[in-house]
Amino acid sequence: MTQNETKISANGVQVFYGDTHAIKDVDVQIEDKTVTAFIGPSGCGKSTFLRCLNRMNDTIDICRVEGKITIDGDDIYDKRVDPVQLRAKVGMVFQKPNPFPKSIYDNIAYGPRIHGLAKNKAELDEIVEKSLRRGAIWDEVKDRLDAPGTGLSGGQQQRLCIARAVATEPEVLLMDEPCSALDPIATAQVEELIDELRSNYSVVIVTHSMQQAARVSQKTAFFHLGNLVEFGETGKIFTNPEDPRTESYITGRIG
Amino acid sequence: MTDATANTPRPKTSLIEVDARTKRRNAAEARFKAYGITAIAIGLLFLVVLLGSIIANGVGAFQQTFVNVPVYLDPAKLDKKGNRNIEEMKKVSTFGYNPLIQQGLLDKVTELGIETPLQKRKEMKAMLSASAAAQVRDFVLANPDKLGETVEFKLLAASRVDGYLKDRVQREDVARDKNIDAEHLDLTDELVKAGVVAKTFNISFITGADASESRAEQAGIGVAMLGSFFMMIVVLVLSLPIGVAASIYLEEFAPKNRWTDLIEVNISNLAAVPSIVFGILGLAVFIQFMHLPQSAPIVGGLVLTLMTLPTIIISTRASLKSVPPSIRDAALGVGASKMQSVFHHVLPLAMPGILTGTIIGLAQALGETAPLLLIGMVGYIATNVPDGIAAGFLDPNSAMPAQIYEWAKRADPAYYERAWGGIIILLVFLLTMNIIAIILRRRFERRW
Repeated sequence: MTQNETKISANGVQVFYGDTHAIKDVDVQIEDKTVTAFIGPSGCGKSTFLRCLNRMNDTIDICRVEGKITIDGDDIYDKRVDPVQLRAKVGMVFQKPNPFPKSIYDNIAYGPRIHGLAKNKAELDEIVEKSLRRGAIWDEVKDRLDAPGTGLSGGQQQRLCIARAVATEPEVLLMDEPCSALDPIATAQVEELIDELRSNYSVVIVTHSMQQAARVSQKTAFFHLGNLVEFGETGKIFTNPEDPRTESYITGRIG
Repeated sequence: MTDATANTPRPKTSLIEVDARTKRRNAAEARFKAYGITAIAIGLLFLVVLLGSIIANGVGAFQQTFVNVPVYLDPAKLDKKGNRNIEEMKKVSTFGYNPLIQQGLLDKVTELGIETPLQKRKEMKAMLSASAAAQVRDFVLANPDKLGETVEFKLLAASRVDGYLKDRVQREDVARDKNIDAEHLDLTDELVKAGVVAKTFNISFITGADASESRAEQAGIGVAMLGSFFMMIVVLVLSLPIGVAASIYLEEFAPKNRWTDLIEVNISNLAAVPSIVFGILGLAVFIQFMHLPQSAPIVGGLVLTLMTLPTIIISTRASLKSVPPSIRDAALGVGASKMQSVFHHVLPLAMPGILTGTIIGLAQALGETAPLLLIGMVGYIATNVPDGIAAGFLDPNSAMPAQIYEWAKRADPAYYERAWGGIIILLVFLLTMNIIAIILRRRFERRW
């Protein structure tokens, strides 16, 4: 496997929720054009860590982040960084599909509109179509762009949300258990989509399903009780883990 | 213990037969349902009694007795110099008109051949409202060319005559009444038969102004309605933006700490403060300190704004809270700023709830009387229609509930009927507002 350049670098990251120490001293390097999976038992801090990468934790009052996270060498917790700009660069897809209660078109067009990515209606139409194609949902919705996004099925909604996230031309795509609310067929579609997205973006996915991590990711990080236990090539983690805790988890003895 | 139960063989039971325990449980359930139905039935009964008595008592106010009187507009009396100069004609007061009207009615009675012991002109006075002369005078001053002609007027009957036709005044009451005699009632009966006296729908009750204590038949709620209208404009214009801005800040932007907790508790407490407290606050601050005009709708509006704000803030915060956080995440996730996420996504979704809360708050304010007592909107006789918008806000006026209270205080039973009539109008307004609130909620409510 070729070594891509590092996109996100986290060094000594600590996260506290009030008095709870949720993430303990995590170091991880996330590569460009790679799918990185975070696995681990519930409450191990993988979602928390994911939300640190686009500063979504800022919205939680009691949450405090220490350490250094850089994207392309820029410290994202620097005082000069506007989290709004950061989030345009680091898109996010959530656990539960959360389309806006607006039309499919407006769902996609919202991000480009507020960031001024389109000069006119034609350009916006183009962005919407391109994004929906990237979200592998264009063929299903092209005839009903005015229909409400909330009227789609769960799997379609999640792909709409992915399309919405890529519409702002992010460089990194964070996915917080994107398939947990979906049935196996929709999951397969989304996984296929994630694999395609790899050619353009650095994708970080949190998942509970080890099979999913094995299927879609090139790198895997195993979190346990707020610690990053092991990080490496997915194939190696699943076949020849170094840490006994990793082995116990993937063989189903803990977690 | 557990072993013992485990080892005892279970007695055979049939699903067809209901055991005693289940029977008791079902009976308790049936009893509870019966209690609930009884409670609702009692509530409905009270509602029916309330609405029934309001309508039965108040519907009379919408009908008024009028007398059709041909009046000879005698130029010798009304325009003594004969030059049709309006300024000089204005010098003839209503006292000059009364004899002509009474004569007109007496002539009509004679013409119809009705036998009555009332043969003197002055004795016709008890049949007609004291406002009749003013009505004729206004007509003459507006149409001076009609002088010398006999014009048919539709004049208000005296409130006793009106009351007699509405069964409010009984014959046995008349003996003790110095305003009217039994002969007048006989005459009324005859005139009704002849079609001269008739009850018709009384639009001026809805549009007119209040009248003096002795002229119940002339009083209307229209001017007080305008007073309420201007107050509601003040309340809406002030409390909606202030309330919504405060709620959005508290709910979406403010840090959650001891100060915001304190503010939150105080807002909830303000919602429970008796309205008369707001009244005395308004008296002290707006009238005594800021020297705003007394009895003016703007002061009433300000006081009611203070009272409505907590209601609007609480309901707005509740509807902001009910917007799922995933929508906020979604907006922030595509790089919207906090304010964009609130104004583009959260606020539109919360709008039906906010509007409903606002309308309910306004409806509360519309029916509020106590604070108006203290700023002088009760006791002011609203006899003048405000001329212009500014006057509407700044001139002394009354409000609908204050007007109703004022009428209910007066001695004449005719005013009692008008108070009930006023309540019907007030209830129609409140009902309309609540229906609008329900329609808004139904139409814009989104399901997740």
